[in-house]
Amino acid sequence: MADIRNDFVGIKSPNPFWLASAPPTDKAYNVVRAFKAGWGGVVWKTLGEEGPPVVNVNGPRYGAIWGADRRLLGLNNIELITDRELQTNLREIKQVKADWPDRAMVVSIMVPCEEQAWKAILPVVEETGCDGIELNFGCPHGMSERGMGSAVGQVPEYIEMVARWCKANTRMPVIVKLTPNITDIRYPARAALTGGADAVSLINTVSSITGVNLDNFSPEPSIDGKGSHGGYCGPAVKPIALNMVAEIARDPQTRGMPISGIGGVTTWRDAAEFMALGAGNVQVCTAAMTYGFRIVEDMIEGLSNWMDAKGHASLSDIIGRATPNVTDWQYLNLNYVAKARIDQDKCISCGRCHIACEDTSHQAITQTVNGKRMFEVMEDECVGCNLCVNVCPVEGCIEMVPLAPGTLDQRTGKTVSDSYANWTQHPNNPMAKAAAE
Amino acid sequence: MSEGRYREGIATHRLDAAEYAENLNDLHPPFDRHEAQVEADRCYFCYDAPCMNACPTQIDIPMFIRQISTDNPLGSAKTIFEQNIFGGMCARVCPTETLCEQVCVREVAEGKPVRIGLLQRYATDTAMKAGAQFFERAPSTGRKVAVVGAGPAGLACAHRLAMHGHEVVVFEARPKPGGLNEYGIAAYKSVDNFAQAEVDYITAIGGIEIRYEQEIGHHFTIGALVLKYDAVFLGMGLGGVNALGGADAQASGSVDAIEWIGELRQAADPGAVPVGRRVVVVGGGMTAIDAAVQARALGADEVTICYRGPRERMKASVYEQEVARSRGVVIRFEMQPSRILTEGGSVSGMEFTRHGETVTIACDQVMKAIGQTLVAPDLGTAADKLVLEGGRIVIDAEGRTSMAKVWAGGDCVNAGEDLTVAAVAQGRDAAESISRALAQ
Ligand SMILES: Cc1cc2nc3c(=O)[nH]c(=O)nc-3n(C[C@H](O)[C@H](O)[C@H](O)COP(=O)(O)OP(=O)(O)OC[C@H]3O[C@@H](n4cnc5c(N)ncnc54)[C@H](O)[C@@H]3O)c2cc1C
Ligand SMILES: Cc1cc2nc3c(=O)[nH]c(=O)nc-3n(C[C@H](O)[C@H](O)[C@H](O)COP(=O)(O)O)c2cc1C
Ligand code: SF4
Repeated sequence: MADIRNDFVGIKSPNPFWLASAPPTDKAYNVVRAFKAGWGGVVWKTLGEEGPPVVNVNGPRYGAIWGADRRLLGLNNIELITDRELQTNLREIKQVKADWPDRAMVVSIMVPCEEQAWKAILPVVEETGCDGIELNFGCPHGMSERGMGSAVGQVPEYIEMVARWCKANTRMPVIVKLTPNITDIRYPARAALTGGADAVSLINTVSSITGVNLDNFSPEPSIDGKGSHGGYCGPAVKPIALNMVAEIARDPQTRGMPISGIGGVTTWRDAAEFMALGAGNVQVCTAAMTYGFRIVEDMIEGLSNWMDAKGHASLSDIIGRATPNVTDWQYLNLNYVAKARIDQDKCISCGRCHIACEDTSHQAITQTVNGKRMFEVMEDECVGCNLCVNVCPVEGCIEMVPLAPGTLDQRTGKTVSDSYANWTQHPNNPMAKAAAE
Repeated sequence: MSEGRYREGIATHRLDAAEYAENLNDLHPPFDRHEAQVEADRCYFCYDAPCMNACPTQIDIPMFIRQISTDNPLGSAKTIFEQNIFGGMCARVCPTETLCEQVCVREVAEGKPVRIGLLQRYATDTAMKAGAQFFERAPSTGRKVAVVGAGPAGLACAHRLAMHGHEVVVFEARPKPGGLNEYGIAAYKSVDNFAQAEVDYITAIGGIEIRYEQEIGHHFTIGALVLKYDAVFLGMGLGGVNALGGADAQASGSVDAIEWIGELRQAADPGAVPVGRRVVVVGGGMTAIDAAVQARALGADEVTICYRGPRERMKASVYEQEVARSRGVVIRFEMQPSRILTEGGSVSGMEFTRHGETVTIACDQVMKAIGQTLVAPDLGTAADKLVLEGGRIVIDAEGRTSMAKVWAGGDCVNAGEDLTVAAVAQGRDAAESISRALAQ
């Protein structure tokens, strides 16, 4: 049996599945249910300053997009940080941590960008006995209008400054949660590291409007006919999150900094992908909000079954394994040649590959062969783009087959080389020529 | 349970009202919006889709399904009606398992076709409920066309002619329009008086006058129509019924299946339609299946379909046979009818020969479903000028008969497939041919 115990910046949990700071972690009631279900840890719903708590809207705070059978693909919210009294939260955090010592208890915090505010809250949080703190620099709505959340996360200098304050005022590990609503995720990550943060977690939600009501022209979710951009999460944001995790993991300046991967994690497979790209563990919100806490059972079992099948003994065997394979476009091997091949036994003759290639790609798939409806790849036209594979409704029906070195590429008339050559060396690259001169 | 269920002989009111309602309800309940969208999502939007080519009216099936999935049911209905103005009835009665759904790539791949018929029903029902009309008459051409028969062939032709701006007069022998949609299709395929609602929807385009109880061969002749109109379309279906030959008997309890179904379709109270306790249906087509299933629906205790040929030659599809079996009908093959047995003027059984041996089935009602014929006198004095083949009118690829200015389509022609959808296709195509001819 694979060992899936997790150690993230010294915070130990029986598995790498944490609940992200969000409604599932807003009260002892929910968190206890989560721990009973088997979750390895939680990041408590973001706490604000002492004093009257924030208020939420009293109408819809979620919007969504769905697949045909109402499968929830993306969720959007305009909820703020916790709207419960600070003392109530602290009391509950302390109790739950005492009752569940083996689970990770991280507390998310968001207070104004003044050192005094952080100095005030850190000791009272520390007093709960929690394992660490997460700085919420990500919330893209409401709080950002008040100079907090993503308003901080979008300015690397602020990130560095607040991280430094926190490190100076607490013994606890500091995780900086990043917003994806920036142009290059490496800058805030570097700032967190420079400020002394122990780790980053990402992504928080993506600014979004999920839809427009075409009867009254209100954006969704609609509060009395008006809407405000919310934060987008769930399966739809996973590709964005994966890329951002990889960018930080492979950046020479931040390489090795622990990352807690967040964004659309729904299954054990998603979690494994995040960890392969460099995340030390994962956090989950939307999947739990969609299906309830029970899904963690399958996440735990699925992950260890996969690890057993592949011979991975512990999480360190998989974390970061895919990171070295993420590279810049300019270093991709231009001598690698692949061609689509359609398995005629699996083909159900829907013709989607044909029309996709015909209308929008390279006119490389037949519609008829000898007068019969039949879809075949014409190797002399195929550029190997993979579009047909992606539009084919039958898994495994169309495959991209690499041409072996020494064989003829019928499209270019050139023999496939066994050497590696990339854009930096390509004759069409003006920069390459300049370098050669 | 009503006490009449096991009454011997032929009887009415075998069941109570709730049972009739349940038994004669929609064979396949319609999709609601969500079900339709989920099912529509299963469609792969195939290129040059096989389903479309399998539809006799060539409906752009992938497009109408995509329009359902994008929540554009009116656009979807328009796509359907453009090719098939009887898209609503066809959605209910087409044997899709041998047409579009048979060649659906998902049927081929996994044995589960996209439910094209039910999706078509969703779109057309939505549009008809909304009273959405998609076609307008072109400016009047001043040309007049006579159509004989207000069945699917005749009305499909009339609608397309009206679209092209011609004046259409439909001569219908019966007091109601619809043809077999009204008098023949099984009750559980066309509930809630759909056939009449559909005729109203189709004729709402205007320019179509239906004259009822006007029987060609009786009230007038083809020759007379040819003289008075610029063109004539014959869509009178098959009025006659094949005889059992030596096996026939005029005993009470021996009925023509189509006539019996027609009686049921017209009955305000299905319980008032007499049915035997033990019924033998002779035949192997859709009519035999429909008669048998409806006999069961009315409370017949034992219903046996006796087909003279082997299983593989039976015209009713495997799926229809399954429907019948699931409703408690027994199907027996290689049963060559020899004679109806009577006792005191009433049917008491039926005798068959099977591979030389005599098989007798006791029963109190025999329903004959052994095919229909064209009634020659229906053709009027022009009968000699119309070339027939196998008892049906010969037409060319455009629907033209051997007589000048006369077109034909539907069950009465030699190219007929005895399917509503084929009748619609032929009526529509003949209208296009007529329009082209009139434009010259
Ligand atoms: C019992 C039964 C069940 C069926 N079930 C199905 C099914 O489930 N699915 C399917 O696709 N097909 C089914 N069919 C076949 C389908 O009903 C026919 O193929 C279709 O109705 C043919 O259309 P039509 O317009 O050619 O003829 P019809 O529908 O027969 O219409 C002909 C019209 O012409 C009128 N007429 C006849 N003679 C004259 C005359 N001399 N003068 C004036 N008017 C005249 C008739 O009254 C009638 O209104 C079934 C047929 C039967 C008998
Ligand atoms: C309703 C809701 C409220 C959230 N509130 C917070 C919050 O208070 N603090 C925070 O750091 N992130 C908050 N998030 C963001 C989540 O923690 C998480 O980063 C994001 O949803 C992406 O993960 P997912 O795709 O698994 O949902 C919230 C998300 C949702 C849906
Ligand atoms: S890989 Fe691209 S170019 Fe080649 S057949 Fe498929 S779609 Fe066409």
